[in-house]
Amino acid sequence: SSWWSHVEMGPPDPILGVTEAFKRDTNSKKMNLGVGAYRDDNGKPYVLNCVRKAEAMIASKKMDKEYLPIGGLADFTRASAELALGENSEAFKSGRYVTVQGISGTGSLRIGANFLQRFFKSSRDVYLPKPSWGNHTPIFRDAGMQLQAYRYYDPKTCSLDFSGAMDDISKIPEKSIILLHACAHNPTGVDPRQEQWKELAAMVKKRNLLVYFDMAYQGFASGDINRDAWAVRYFIEQGINVVLSQSYAKNMGLYGERAGAFTVICSDAEEAKRVESQLKILIRPMYSNPPLNGARIASIILNTPDLRKEWLVEVKGMADRIISMRTQLVSNLKKEGSSHNWQHITDQIGMFCFTGLKPEQVERLIKEFSIYMTKDGRISVAGVTSGNVGYLAHAIHQVTK
Amino acid sequence: LAAYRTDEGQPWVLPVVKKVEQMIANDNSLNHEYLPILGLPEFRANASRIALGDDSPAIKENRIGSVQSLGGTGALRIGAEFLRRWYNGNNNTATPVYISAPSWENHNSVFVDAGFKDIRTYHYWDAAKRGLDLQGLLDDMEKAPEFSIFILHACAHNPTGTDPTPDQWKQIAAVMKRRFLFPFFDSAYQGFASGSLDKDAWAVRYFVSEGFELFCAQSFSKNFGLYNERVGNLTVVGKDADNVQRVLSQMEKIVRTTWSNPPSQGARIVATTLSSPQLFAEWKDNVKTMADRVLLMRSELRSRLESLGTPGTWNHITEQIGMFSFTGLNPKQVEYMIKEKHIYLMASGRINMCGLTTKNLDYVAKSIHEAVTK
Repeated sequence: SSWWSHVEMGPPDPILGVTEAFKRDTNSKKMNLGVGAYRDDNGKPYVLNCVRKAEAMIASKKMDKEYLPIGGLADFTRASAELALGENSEAFKSGRYVTVQGISGTGSLRIGANFLQRFFKSSRDVYLPKPSWGNHTPIFRDAGMQLQAYRYYDPKTCSLDFSGAMDDISKIPEKSIILLHACAHNPTGVDPRQEQWKELAAMVKKRNLLVYFDMAYQGFASGDINRDAWAVRYFIEQGINVVLSQSYAKNMGLYGERAGAFTVICSDAEEAKRVESQLKILIRPMYSNPPLNGARIASIILNTPDLRKEWLVEVKGMADRIISMRTQLVSNLKKEGSSHNWQHITDQIGMFCFTGLKPEQVERLIKEFSIYMTKDGRISVAGVTSGNVGYLAHAIHQVTK
Repeated sequence: LAAYRTDEGQPWVLPVVKKVEQMIANDNSLNHEYLPILGLPEFRANASRIALGDDSPAIKENRIGSVQSLGGTGALRIGAEFLRRWYNGNNNTATPVYISAPSWENHNSVFVDAGFKDIRTYHYWDAAKRGLDLQGLLDDMEKAPEFSIFILHACAHNPTGTDPTPDQWKQIAAVMKRRFLFPFFDSAYQGFASGSLDKDAWAVRYFVSEGFELFCAQSFSKNFGLYNERVGNLTVVGKDADNVQRVLSQMEKIVRTTWSNPPSQGARIVATTLSSPQLFAEWKDNVKTMADRVLLMRSELRSRLESLGTPGTWNHITEQIGMFSFTGLNPKQVEYMIKEKHIYLMASGRINMCGLTTKNLDYVAKSIHEAVTK
């Protein structure tokens, strides 16, 4: 007999499971609109030129493979903080922050979740927007936190339920934790406007909430890194000492290299040092120290003026292509003769679009058209090309007319 | 942190690693896409094969699983998290976890942070005789509650450098089998210890041949010199394929909330190397180079101490294996070494053999002699 007889089969991961089903499909017209990885207009993975150049620089330098410090590559973490906060940020210039390298967005979120579990004694409750990225809940739960929700997405309008959000947030017990998507909300693509962000900041301040920003798409949403970080920077300027997780998976295409960072804005540099020491104590029994490759590529790009310029152009290129696919999808739907209002497709931003499709309609898209997406009707717009946008519009029209 | 050094006291990027990295850099068909949650398939299969052996019955019977992890630490952590959730009941945080006295200091934190509440030590190092306290170890295993988890160092015990002999491993396995104790191997030095991959994996493979279900956390930091790329693998050996499949599906869930999917660069290097007969041979050669240098430093240090007539016996220096040696120096002697001779060792008397070079051997030997004879 086995120690493991009672171990249940885990359910397949819903997001990555979509790709697995897609791979098995033999239909030549199949489309994978599941996983959030950018594709070029030929549907191929895109390795940024600035990444290739950074890699060539690394190859030529013949560096050693010595362990990184527990908190990661210093040039990377500093550049990462500056990217998020802005070079003119008082918090950045005064050094009242700590940034540690994390294993892309997930790893950074997890470090933060564990840190809050250990040191944020006021509450176990983390408030997520409804809906949120599917992995947020298990990450916080495994870290020992409890999950609550605030209204966010309005399925009737496929846009932000701002009054619902404000109403729910006004009732969150003081000193709870609230998670906000900095830009390009996943999975809906629905972001607050700047005036709405201002009201949200005032409300969380009033409720004395700890704000946890998840920024996985800086630059990738609007094409402008400063615009995409606006909410994070505004909150900090309002005196809200946020915690923040960043990912370079999408905006630098470094998915499998796992480059990310976790930041805590502190009262002063001395507090930041104490926080840093505790973060290291959390990291060491998880994986000792982080992987170098992705962080070094990102660091070289951020810290080399020419490469940074090139990166900004390339990330805008990716964002622009996605915006253009949104536009083409809507116009193709009109051409198909659809009478529905598809404006939300172009109002939403970032990699994902909440189409508003119902589970039965999604099922038909998968079964009849080999178009793969998650059951909630979320599509990865990055998987749409000028070559298949017509087919997609046709299929959506078929299942919604 | 402990890393290999050349005779010039420099870090060493293995020639085979440089070669493979160049191949990867030149391959424009490669991209940076996400790996699967459990890691690069070619890496996982090859890494487990290295630990268990090409002719492993467990591999033949398709009852092994692998989880690519962030270094050996990551593999330990995933294994620990799984055990806390699924071993000896559901979420049984009270299952005792036994760690050798002494051990790598991070072992304790890994299991504490994974949620275990009862972490104990088992007798291991006998300071008086400067060797393994086998009787103490076996006694602890006899007295341990059934189903306790034991963290075993597969080879090159850190920090003592003292490993059980094959006969001693057989005794250990017999007690563990009889008392239903779970073996969790930590294998951070395969190949690096003796210079032979097979020899350094003997204990793990023996336990497999004895029918144990076990975990083995593997690190490729030292034997590939890939420290900062965080290349590790958790090998799972189960009773049958069905059990292993369910275990892996639950480990996937744990991975997903810890790091989602592992980094690709290091795994690619290792997979490419292990799956090419020529590169594999080159790698084994590189590993032997490192192991041989350490073995040479051990024998040179011992012979100098014996020539100097330094009081005490010094055979433990060559009988111990791997990166570290428990010199047997007491805290006062260690303080002398650090303060007067600027030779840095741990308060425990642990010395990193990689720090020895042909240039400093005489100085180190003389310093030990002074410390002991003062």
